[in-house]
Amino acid sequence: MIYLDHSSAMPVDERVAAFASPYLMQHYGNPSSLHTRGLVAKRVLEEARGKVAKLINAESPETILFTSCATESNNLAIRGTALRNNKAGMRVVSSAVEHISVINPMKELQKQGYAYDVVPVSPEGYVDLDMLAEMVTKDTVVTSVNYANDEIGTIERIRDVSRIVHEEGRYLHVNATAAAGRIPVDVQADGIDLLTLSSNDMYGPRGAAALYVRKGVKLQTLLPGGGQERGIRSGTENLFAIAGMGEAAMIAGREMGAEGRRLHEIAGAYLKDILMIEDAHLTGPATGRLPGHLSFRFGRIEGESILLNLDTAFGIQVTTGSACSSRTLEPSHVLLAIGLKHEEAHGSMIMMMGRSNTTEEVPYVVDAVRKTVERLRMITAM
Amino acid sequence: MEDVPQIGYSEKVMDHFMNPRNVGSVENPDGVGRVGNPVCGDLMEVSIKVEDGILTDVKFKTFGCGSAIATASMVTELAKGKTLDEADKITRQDVADELEGLPPRKMHCSNLAADALHKAIEDYRERHGEGKEKAEEAAAE
Ligand code: FES
Repeated sequence: MIYLDHSSAMPVDERVAAFASPYLMQHYGNPSSLHTRGLVAKRVLEEARGKVAKLINAESPETILFTSCATESNNLAIRGTALRNNKAGMRVVSSAVEHISVINPMKELQKQGYAYDVVPVSPEGYVDLDMLAEMVTKDTVVTSVNYANDEIGTIERIRDVSRIVHEEGRYLHVNATAAAGRIPVDVQADGIDLLTLSSNDMYGPRGAAALYVRKGVKLQTLLPGGGQERGIRSGTENLFAIAGMGEAAMIAGREMGAEGRRLHEIAGAYLKDILMIEDAHLTGPATGRLPGHLSFRFGRIEGESILLNLDTAFGIQVTTGSACSSRTLEPSHVLLAIGLKHEEAHGSMIMMMGRSNTTEEVPYVVDAVRKTVERLRMITAM
Repeated sequence: MEDVPQIGYSEKVMDHFMNPRNVGSVENPDGVGRVGNPVCGDLMEVSIKVEDGILTDVKFKTFGCGSAIATASMVTELAKGKTLDEADKITRQDVADELEGLPPRKMHCSNLAADALHKAIEDYRERHGEGKEKAEEAAAE
């Protein structure tokens, strides 16, 4: 089996599992308890905070809030800042290629009377900076742009985005779910006010994510309760997942340079061979992509069929942005935003490599993709 | 490979997806039905050969998902050898049932396949008016 769908799910790193497993059954204390067991838990929690802070060069560990998933972090960042700062303005902005967990909180705010503007992107998925400058006004309380796009591999020019947002708007939120742990993210140098990162996107356990909140940024809590996480995000901490996330962040920070180069190399080998297939096109930028990320579209065939055929006949697992595989039967909004027509967005195939992949797999996979495309083209009515 | 169910597809759907029957276009077809799916944007084409009011050959082409391929394959199987009237009565539910079910949001794909077949029959009837059919029958006697 060849797994090339690390944007949907990743295994937990063995070292992370070994590090975190004592927090399931042995050190199960509640960080809020004052006894020894609680204090041990508290220490682990704070260590994890420190490790996550370090990965993104946050000014201090206190800027890191733990949540349960990236969706929660995105909601807290967007709705939390908008609701708390509505006297400063009732406008919110995002790019057209954000994750649904950014878009939906924005739409939720829209229902509550906020104006929501969506900035278009270039055919390679880069945010249109001129339009951004136009859409972000004095009343814009939060702007959200992803660090890297997990569907088309584009790494946004976050420093330019940040400069523009801060000329007028108040806060920049960055969803770094696909970027953190894969490429260097530096919240201070990049000028980011709020940043989402998730454990399971860096080989950590599910059930933990974090939100970086720059000092001075005020948020409204969405989950009132016992006052954990500086009173902003109550709820007993998922110590196992958080400890794992900290360790995963540390490992990713240490290894991302070498691993990034290795993944770039594998992706490079794939790229030239897959583009030799008739009517195959790369989506997203040709260079400067997320390491190990490739996205294609194949004319006249359909993505879910590609996925099923690769899996069933060859044991290769990829993903697709095709309409037929989505719940709504709408093609991916990202593919439409970069200007693809409905039928072009159909034949999408996304490959995201990870630690388990090697260059040795390339010929087998390329051959399988070629055979799959040829077989489906025999059936096509286009 | 691990033995796991495919995204809610029955074994039969997977079989027809992996080994679709009757792929292609009938040569000199007596009727062709082509329908597009407004929901997901897919295309389905069914072509038929009719002899003595019976569908002797049915073929399909599709630009669609796994269930589009499987349902089209199944429709051609169901229609082959049937009279025009019998084939016209094949419903999407029949197709789905024969495939041992489809995930709910994929039911429209079976619509596509059944609609294309019905259109092909309609096309045949338009090309060969009732009268002409009768005349042919008389000539054969
Ligand atoms: S044909 Fe598009 S979902 Fe089946």
